[in-house]
Amino acid sequence: MASTNIPAPGVATREFRMPSLGTDMEYGTVVAWHATPGAALKHGDVIAEIQTEKGVFELECPMDGVIERIVVERGTRVRVGTVLALLRAPGPSAPPEALPAAVRASPAARRMAQDRGISLSHVQGTGPNGVVTLADVLREIANAEAAAAPAPATGAAAMRQAVAATVSKSKREIPHYYLATDIDLGAALTWLQAENTKRPVTERILPAAILVRAVAVALRRFPDLNGIWKDGGFQRSDAIHVGVAISLRTGGLLAPAIHDADRTPLRELMVALQDLVQRARNGGLRGSEMTDATITITNLGDAGAHTVFGVIFPPQVALVGFGQVTERAWADHGGLVVRPVVTATLSGDHRVTDGHYGALFLGEIARLLASPEAL
Amino acid sequence: MSDASLREAIIAALRTVAPEVEPASLRGDLPLREQVDLDSMDFLNFLVELHRRLGVDIPEADYAQVQTLDACSRYVSARLQGTSPK
Repeated sequence: MASTNIPAPGVATREFRMPSLGTDMEYGTVVAWHATPGAALKHGDVIAEIQTEKGVFELECPMDGVIERIVVERGTRVRVGTVLALLRAPGPSAPPEALPAAVRASPAARRMAQDRGISLSHVQGTGPNGVVTLADVLREIANAEAAAAPAPATGAAAMRQAVAATVSKSKREIPHYYLATDIDLGAALTWLQAENTKRPVTERILPAAILVRAVAVALRRFPDLNGIWKDGGFQRSDAIHVGVAISLRTGGLLAPAIHDADRTPLRELMVALQDLVQRARNGGLRGSEMTDATITITNLGDAGAHTVFGVIFPPQVALVGFGQVTERAWADHGGLVVRPVVTATLSGDHRVTDGHYGALFLGEIARLLASPEAL
Repeated sequence: MSDASLREAIIAALRTVAPEVEPASLRGDLPLREQVDLDSMDFLNFLVELHRRLGVDIPEADYAQVQTLDACSRYVSARLQGTSPK
């Protein structure tokens, strides 16, 4: 989440800005504030909800603290990066700011107004004795940006536009390479079937979960596929946050992340996957889930596709695809057998990795799936 | 539970995962997954919802017996009466 510390007399405040929840996002509308100024907040608490072309998302507090001031009111549409609120550390609020007699604005407000070319005479002051505060200037900036924002497309059209922007950027900027390998899922499915026989319907595990788990664990040995391309270079991520492409019933798709998927046991991963699909379709996804993915998996098995070569979600550098699990003729130790087989694919960013590396990665996924009990 | 209310409960469970379903447009003799866009996660959630509403836990081995609305009604009815659905 974009936020920076700015100087303020006495107490440091931090700007809480409209985040970018995807490379396609330009504007967002604040649809709810879940906290009021002065109320204590923990890092990760949901403080606001925003509407984008892809739906409504919850924004989390980036620090322990309180809201000093709400800058953008509910219902206002602003550009990404606009300051929505000012946060500060817990404790007493900032002391009244000094009042220069002629200007009647706080030093921080004056600096900000000067930086942004805002005339203070146009800003309604809400501080003591009508002094213009930093929050007043920020509100003025937000209002100006909101007024300039084009009318948003809505519903399915907006979602289509958002997807179009993302995939166009990907295909424009990322030199993809593509690999595919067939994986024998016999061991994994037999193991899963035995597991599920012991479990009530509420605790069953789908093959999709074991595929996510295998990818996440395999990435530990192939870290150059896990991260983002930023500022002209690859930034490897220590954490493995697996984005899962989820198609929405109303059309379009989202790819929210399961955080630390490599450190999440299989059953918990299944719960996380179920929860993510539920929230992707019914609302309640967090902003961090939309921005944190370090790789994405798309699984089109249920749609009947044999193979999928996906489009990488920028700024990520790889996407793993799985097609339908089907029974196929399979050569095994010199004989011909019938096995449940899935075609796994890798779309890789050639700026970061080569086909050799990608092929070894797919091989590692196959190796892990041959020993499902170890997953 | 009457056949009609059982069918109603099954459709209600289905609509928790596929809210767009029009009950009147569902054919009882065709596979649900051909009439409604259900992936494996949706189908599992449908079964979880059936379990929550009717208390019937359908094992994976019996999935083939609940593929249509009619078959699902017969299966659940038999299970509720404590008889074998086969």
